[in-house]
Amino acid sequence: MSQHSLSQHSFLPSLARPTRRAALAAALLLPLAACSSDPSDGSGTGGTASDGSGTSAEGLTLVDPWVKAAEEGMTSAFGTLTNDTGRDLQLLAASTPSAGMVELHETTGDGSGGMSMQEKEGGFPVPDGGELVLEPGGDHLMLMDLAAPLRPGDEVELTLQCEDGTELVVTATVKDFAGAQEHYEPEGSAGSGASDGGGEHDGHDADAHDADGHGDHGADEHGEDGAE
Amino acid sequence: MTSPADRTPARPGRRHLLRAGTLGAGALGVGAAGVGLGRSLGAPSAPADSAEEASTHWAPYGGPTVPFHGVHQAGIETPAPASATLLALDLREDVDRDGVLRMLRLLTDDAARLTRGEPALADTEPELSSEPASLTITAGFGPGLMSRAERPAPDWLAPLPAFGIDELEEQWSGGDLLLQVAADDPLTVSHAARMLLKDARAFTTPRWGQTGFRRSPGVVRPGSTLRNLFGQLDGTANPAPGSEHFAKVVWIEDGPFAGGTSMVVRRIRMDLDGWDEADRGARDAATGTRQDDGAPLSGGDESTPPDFEKVSANGFPVIGEFSHMRRARGVDDGEHQEIYRRPYNYEHAPAPGSGLLSEAGQVFVSFQADPLTQFLPIQRRLDELDLLNQWTTPIGSAVFAIPPGCAEGEFLGQSVLE
Repeated sequence: MSQHSLSQHSFLPSLARPTRRAALAAALLLPLAACSSDPSDGSGTGGTASDGSGTSAEGLTLVDPWVKAAEEGMTSAFGTLTNDTGRDLQLLAASTPSAGMVELHETTGDGSGGMSMQEKEGGFPVPDGGELVLEPGGDHLMLMDLAAPLRPGDEVELTLQCEDGTELVVTATVKDFAGAQEHYEPEGSAGSGASDGGGEHDGHDADAHDADGHGDHGADEHGEDGAE
Repeated sequence: MTSPADRTPARPGRRHLLRAGTLGAGALGVGAAGVGLGRSLGAPSAPADSAEEASTHWAPYGGPTVPFHGVHQAGIETPAPASATLLALDLREDVDRDGVLRMLRLLTDDAARLTRGEPALADTEPELSSEPASLTITAGFGPGLMSRAERPAPDWLAPLPAFGIDELEEQWSGGDLLLQVAADDPLTVSHAARMLLKDARAFTTPRWGQTGFRRSPGVVRPGSTLRNLFGQLDGTANPAPGSEHFAKVVWIEDGPFAGGTSMVVRRIRMDLDGWDEADRGARDAATGTRQDDGAPLSGGDESTPPDFEKVSANGFPVIGEFSHMRRARGVDDGEHQEIYRRPYNYEHAPAPGSGLLSEAGQVFVSFQADPLTQFLPIQRRLDELDLLNQWTTPIGSAVFAIPPGCAEGEFLGQSVLE
């Protein structure tokens, strides 16, 4: 069996299958998921993907991948990309069946105390022996046009593509997370607003007022829930 | 295992330590966790060439871990650490079977990481995860969870019948999901409990939370019987953890819950102000044991079997027929049941205007394979007659089914919910 089948499309069956190999490593790195892009690769390696495009991804690992839960619109994905492939890499793009579009975003200070996020032109370098930390308030993957609600405990398949064709497929866990707000501004902040591309993000904030209560309560609905 | 400073995901070098963790697991935790602490304290005499030694010298109780995975859940047969928080949660109305399973996977992952002294996934305070201090996280299911997960509950999984001595308050009773979070440090417990609550929030609302304490680590010999707030040794008759006797009393043998157990949580208010009025003789008579060393009034020491036949010069039993120990053991009823008690003391500020000095008592926790045949008869006898009832009042009550432990890659309760 391939660990590929542990994607969100086969969530329930996956419950019955303990991680087969490198159990300790998998528990430390990806306890909720496994990540191998190659269905023929029966020896999934826990955190290190097999190659998905002909260029070996051996040694390229996304440690602790996770995605912030969202009912609709957009959200972010995080993890620590470590490169032990023996060559310098440039992370160029990412994709997922769960979102219409994924962008690589960086977060920088705007010079007035606020933070600004924008697409990272040309992607992120990941030197051999180095790592790229994707975290709330820092560099991250922006998932836009979500295909369906991403509920806590769901799994999301992410494909990371490097400039040289190296491809890494991982399964990320969806977590209820209060931070990583695209428009978050501390009170009194003089910043121009943490804009992440303009009006298309409006739907993100709208979630907070969407109390229709369908499905599990997403992270943005806690305001209402807390008053129960 | 990584040192506290290296746990922040943004710091370089973390991955190397993570990998070390995959190889060394718990063994490295003690040393690595202590490096940062030693430095932050200045540790003048700590040998610079031995992080491990420095760690165990300056912070001997921060580093130890208790294995999370196993045949049984941790937090039952493992030594009861100093500090505990018990949380009962209710499932939100719209959570279905799939939701229950997703929640349990998240909570299991949190528990596995935190008990290793690692931050949970998306932990916003990884600095508070670096001292596991023998952290255990134990999950139990109420009837509501079993029903929502569309699986049959054990027939005993229901609220206990009402007892005459009960003055139960809704705020301390029931619950769909029980989380017992315990460690030798209250800050570790607090962070772990909050992390679990955050991941449970999309699926549950808090029902009740009870915090409790025992002796701090290093204060008394490990394995010593708990002293409760009445000053009594409490739990002398417990089966010894690790023994076959313990296994027989506690673990369920057959069925989906094999390897699991049942958990009774009773919040028992203790009237310390009233207890002050009782002199030593009255106190000892109430329990049938000596308050100072826990020995039965028939003589010997704490471990000496009580002689219930022994009578005084006046012909009355030395261990009175109304005494707690005699009643609990069923001496005059020709029956005997056993449970394993693992309680915690609690003490809070009294309600304003109550006139009390403190609001205190015991978070009574007992584990037994079958609460109906083990716990219930004991409680019925104590309900009928127990001099100690004069100073104790049950104000909360809940029963949970504790699923067996899980292996790596599995989630808690997987075997009973599949």
